[in-house]
Amino acid sequence: MNFALAVGVVAGSILSGTSLLYATLGELVGERAGIVNLGLEGLMLIGAASGFAATALTGSPYLGIAAAAAAGVSVNLIFAYLVVTRHANQLATGLALMFFGIGLSALIGRPFVGALITGLPRLAVPGLEPGSVGARLLSYDVLVYLAVPAALATWWLIFRTRWGLGLRTVGENPAAAFAAGLRPQSLQYQALMFAGAFGGIAGAHMSLALTLTWDEGMTAGRGFIAIALVIFAKWNPLLAVVGALLFGGAEGLQLQLQAAGADVSPFIMNMTPYLLTLLVLILWGWRRQFAAPAMLGRSFVGVE
Amino acid sequence: MPLDATALLQCASIRAKAVALVASVALVVFAALLAAAGKDPLKAYADTLTYVFGNAYGFSELLVRMIPLLLTAVAAALPARIGLINVGAEGQLYMGAWLTTAGALAFSDQPAFVLLPLLTLLGFIGGGLWALIAGVLRTLRLVNETISTLLLNYVAPLIVSYFIFGPWRSSESSAYPESPAFVDAARLPTFFQSHIHLGLVFALTALIIYSLAMARTRFGLEMRAIGGNAEAARRLGIPIVRYMLIAMFIGGGVAGLAGMAEVTAIQGRLVAEVSPGYGFIGFLVSWLAGTSASGIVIMSFLFALISSVGDILQITQGVPSAVVNILMAVILFVVLGRKPTGSTA
Repeated sequence: MNFALAVGVVAGSILSGTSLLYATLGELVGERAGIVNLGLEGLMLIGAASGFAATALTGSPYLGIAAAAAAGVSVNLIFAYLVVTRHANQLATGLALMFFGIGLSALIGRPFVGALITGLPRLAVPGLEPGSVGARLLSYDVLVYLAVPAALATWWLIFRTRWGLGLRTVGENPAAAFAAGLRPQSLQYQALMFAGAFGGIAGAHMSLALTLTWDEGMTAGRGFIAIALVIFAKWNPLLAVVGALLFGGAEGLQLQLQAAGADVSPFIMNMTPYLLTLLVLILWGWRRQFAAPAMLGRSFVGVE
Repeated sequence: MPLDATALLQCASIRAKAVALVASVALVVFAALLAAAGKDPLKAYADTLTYVFGNAYGFSELLVRMIPLLLTAVAAALPARIGLINVGAEGQLYMGAWLTTAGALAFSDQPAFVLLPLLTLLGFIGGGLWALIAGVLRTLRLVNETISTLLLNYVAPLIVSYFIFGPWRSSESSAYPESPAFVDAARLPTFFQSHIHLGLVFALTALIIYSLAMARTRFGLEMRAIGGNAEAARRLGIPIVRYMLIAMFIGGGVAGLAGMAEVTAIQGRLVAEVSPGYGFIGFLVSWLAGTSASGIVIMSFLFALISSVGDILQITQGVPSAVVNILMAVILFVVLGRKPTGSTA
């Protein structure tokens, strides 16, 4: 592997890892509150479409990010109402949310197919010569720079604040949380709003920084990879950074090999993220499940 | 599961009322969204009804669309009976189509009475083995079957694409890569000058066997025992692991039949998009039907009708057909919001 290729792979892995990381962090917070959201894929699609649409209309990618986050929160509120308030089955509701996202994003994105936008501006680290390797490695959009701080902040929120303690208690034993004077359902709503914002941002990063276009179904299963990454990360935001970089790296490598004209079918290479995810889950094995919040996937009906 | 006709009809009419209520709420919500996007929902609904019920051909197309939904719904329903969540019928359908194509290309010199049973078997095995991957990973307690079947859904279409862009690429096709056309002996027969094909018989047979096996056989009893209380079943000496593997294999096999029928009856060759998401819709059909055979028939009909709305919207109003997913999702939201906690799947 030559040097330029290596630089390309690193840059590519950071770029595609970023959107995975935001999605993973959001899902992780929701799962800490005991709620698994299989609709993350749909959430990301809505984020990608609404972020792109808002950017094309206003000309500001930052407003696009805000719109994507807002759309993510509102859509996840539907999910929250069904699984928290109405105690609906989380897996089925999640899949329904995925369908909702596929449809709604197609409707939102339709007028903007082929629209040209200036994506998120790349902010170079000051003091680097333009065009040098350093500048190529260190010039990203604002969401990339904020990704690791976001993971650190999420970790701090979950493990070092009273809110996070409450959140984890709800995921492990909502009845105990209730008895301790917490409001489990309210905390679950908050966690899902957080997850919605991050899922929306994850989608927006794809359409505003990676592809710069809107395309139906453009997230191509990354939502499910992010759900697997939560397991990989043992429900810990800091390990999620490692996972996102690893999977981003697989995608970055694949793109660079394709660009370099490597003699491997693109379809075989496109399989790698899914197979790698499966392989990692196999290697990690079932014992990882013991790190899962005890009440993950079950609804808290109340103890009154 | 009721088998005599009156009980079946009674069951259907109770369901029909609930279905009608849910569907009307969903139709209103979807219409509001379409109107907000500047489209004409009422025209779309009217167009769909005229198209589907206006003449025999439109109705026959609806039945054709039901076939893969019925099969993939059984693929989800059977494993659901022992508590396995098979969300992978989409990938299993693709692998069934893939292995069918391998057989159709390799044995193209065989007569139809040899070739068609062979292809049916291959379609079943293709889907079955693909589902078995998830089944094995689950029984070894390595990966939860929900996540593995979901991930494998994204791999199977890539395998199909690899073959039609590579080893199986037809020399005639240029713009849209596809496999060489199948010989006539490998084409599943169609009936009544329409596209209704033998797959409908496969689907109804699968439903009847599924329903009878669950209600009347030792296999069904033990499956239901595991689904009801796995620990109790284990202590009774029921081989849970074996049942899980069998349920995944048969479920996947039935989804593979849907893929086999799509390529041999409808397309006549392997194409990149064998299915526009039938496998996912099948899962929802099975879930909404509570895995009951009669419910699967009703829900498949309803969802086939809904997906026709999508096509009509695309043709007459330039709305992407994917938009109809909103309508399906809203139906599910309404049902899920009504349903009490923790039912099957």
